[in-house]
Amino acid sequence: MSSISPQEIKQEFFKSKMGITGIIILSTLIAISIIAIITIPIETFQEWNNPENWILYPKVAVPIWVNYFMFDKIPEHRIYENPNVQISSNKELILTSHQFGVNFEYDEFPNDFIYIFSSKYENSPLIEMSVTRPDGIKLDLISMSLPHSNSEIKHNERIFSTDKSIRKNLSLQSEKFSFSFDRLASEDIIFSQLEKNEPLKGNYIFSIDTFSIDNQPKILESKLIIGGKVFGVMGTDELRRDLAIGLLWGTPLALFIGLVVSIASVVAGLLYGVYAGFKGKKTDEVMMRFNDVIYALPALPFLIILSVTISNSIFVLVGFLMVFGWVGIAKVARSMSLQIKTRGYVDAANMMGQKESKIVLKHILPQLLPYAFASIAISVPAAITTEAGLSFLGLGDPSFPTWGQILHDANTFGASSRGLWWWIMPPGIMIAVTGLAFVFIGNALDSIINPKLKR
Amino acid sequence: MSMKKYILTRIFTMFLVLMITLLITILLVGSNMDTILKQGVVFQVRSEITENPAIAESFSSVEEFEMFVQDQIDQRNKVLGLDEPWFSPQRIGVTMYKILLLDFGHATFLTSDEGSSNVKDIIFEKLPRTILLFTTATIIISIIGIFIGAISANRIGSFIDRATSSFAVISSSFPVWWIGMLMIFLFSFTWQIFPARATPDIPSSDPSYIGSLLYHMTLPLITIVMIGFGSWAYLVRNFMVGIMQEDFIMAKKTIGIKQKKIIYSHALKNAAPPIVTILALSLSGSLGGAIITEAVFDWPGMGRLYFEAITVMDLPVIIGATYILTVFFLISIFIADLLYGYFDPRVRTGA
Repeated sequence: MSSISPQEIKQEFFKSKMGITGIIILSTLIAISIIAIITIPIETFQEWNNPENWILYPKVAVPIWVNYFMFDKIPEHRIYENPNVQISSNKELILTSHQFGVNFEYDEFPNDFIYIFSSKYENSPLIEMSVTRPDGIKLDLISMSLPHSNSEIKHNERIFSTDKSIRKNLSLQSEKFSFSFDRLASEDIIFSQLEKNEPLKGNYIFSIDTFSIDNQPKILESKLIIGGKVFGVMGTDELRRDLAIGLLWGTPLALFIGLVVSIASVVAGLLYGVYAGFKGKKTDEVMMRFNDVIYALPALPFLIILSVTISNSIFVLVGFLMVFGWVGIAKVARSMSLQIKTRGYVDAANMMGQKESKIVLKHILPQLLPYAFASIAISVPAAITTEAGLSFLGLGDPSFPTWGQILHDANTFGASSRGLWWWIMPPGIMIAVTGLAFVFIGNALDSIINPKLKR
Repeated sequence: MSMKKYILTRIFTMFLVLMITLLITILLVGSNMDTILKQGVVFQVRSEITENPAIAESFSSVEEFEMFVQDQIDQRNKVLGLDEPWFSPQRIGVTMYKILLLDFGHATFLTSDEGSSNVKDIIFEKLPRTILLFTTATIIISIIGIFIGAISANRIGSFIDRATSSFAVISSSFPVWWIGMLMIFLFSFTWQIFPARATPDIPSSDPSYIGSLLYHMTLPLITIVMIGFGSWAYLVRNFMVGIMQEDFIMAKKTIGIKQKKIIYSHALKNAAPPIVTILALSLSGSLGGAIITEAVFDWPGMGRLYFEAITVMDLPVIIGATYILTVFFLISIFIADLLYGYFDPRVRTGA
């Protein structure tokens, strides 16, 4: 192993297909991490466990691209935030009209619709909601007056499609339709053809008219949500969270955990092992006994107890993983340094009276560097899967959406027996792909350092 | 170093590790444990008094009565040794001694299927199931692994060799529990062949229980074997390839012994020591990994017990299960060490 120079290792490495594949995957992952850090503000992922933040999103929605493979298109979950605003006044009566154009091209009815608004007003404005369908028919949905107030107040309101008065208004207009409204939800009527109860495709216009006298209400927020069953690149989970955000943010977290744990353990193990091997005799004996003790500790039960009793913070967990990570490397580093110690130049340096620390740092450690790099790469996947495993058991840091955490939630909500594949597959594939990248790099390095295995 | 001395040092190390593990566990959960024990005493005293109204009636004032109750609690605590702080060497010593004798006390929340809250009963009910699942899996894995590994070593560079290596690398980077979730998705949701929960739904006294248990075991077993055998095959292959380059094999080749015979009789024999050693190690390793796998499949063994105990913070069970897992882990490391020292005398000399 001492006969290979760094340049040669580099050359050999770029000749190996495995090594290059590993590097390509790793670069992609790093690119994803950078994209995640830049495009998704850090506040978003801190809000991961805050249900308020996800209230507008659909529950367990299938990823959007599924529609490409479907013959019957599933309605997409749409959030309309920028209505077309028209204001007209007739003497003292002021009409503020918000219109949302909804392009509906799906083969199933939407799940529901919600209109969310907040406004500042005096007196008691009247709100009317209606929809103009692609066939030109206008359906009145609801008309309601906001609570009366003499001074200016702020009012928030949500109009749900399940509202009974919408249903009642629709049944008053049932003569336009040639089927019975029995047991049909409002959205199944509004988006239906006249002859039979099947979705009518085309452009719908939802208009919300606010009538007020004397002063114009200030509408602060006005959103229309047409609830669908597909949403986002990666779909959503039971708690309405956008899985794409969790998966993206999981990448830098996994790389952080894997790299920090493996680099720190390899460095610690290397120094420990080399020192023990170099010193020899009693020091070696004592150090190796201690090594044996740590080696024999059952890691997983211990990690579990530690995270339950001390802290489940991700940074503390990284520390615990290091405690169990350095042992094997120390053993190998010791036996390697035992071999190197007997070489002539180390003896020579010793005789010339060089300091111990200098001999270790200058003559022994550099010889072990290729091995160190290979072990760093090889021990990354273990760190990532262990963290994922702990998170999966519900012992991870709940404030960070790691892949293991997502899978834990999936398991808690019985995703696999409910067939929610988009909740289970991507996090696991990400864990495996990240692991593979490092295994490839590690194996490529390993076969250069130990040519015996290369065949 | 003689074999005897080698064994003695190993036993000593193992015992030391066991003690350290116990000590750390007790230190970590000690203060919580102490609170639980004291609450138990208070509860016991109070319920004894409520059962016997004559005691309460014999006091004229509430203060006097409370004094009496407190006195009773203190006395009880003193008898049990709870008056000392939980970290006093005496109490830790007593706790460790009790645990060494498998006296783990009573569980706070969990019970065995029969309803016993004795931690020992609970653990010895779950342990055989874990051993059943994981030992079976490890044995199947090693048989398939050795077989495929030997074939690959026989035909280096062939399709089967490359397939084995790639499968080993790929399968080892998937977490077993994730594959478990996928298997449940495929075989209990898409095709409803196996149950999603591996706990048999009939009581253990029923004669058909064993059959049901085996049926529920199939899916976890397939999963563990599927993920495990690749790396085994790869390992065996690498040992064999290493041995095939040794001089004595070369010599056998030159005198004209057939490649096949060399592989299956001479090389495999020489690869046996490390393989047996790893077998011993992986038997114990599988028990540790059981915690997550059992949680996914809901297999009613040690792993799930551990998981449940953590979820409800049932400390006596946590301590007991950790102890048993550690003992098993150490026994198999010990056996692996002995085998290794037996097969390869260089290890014993510490060179």
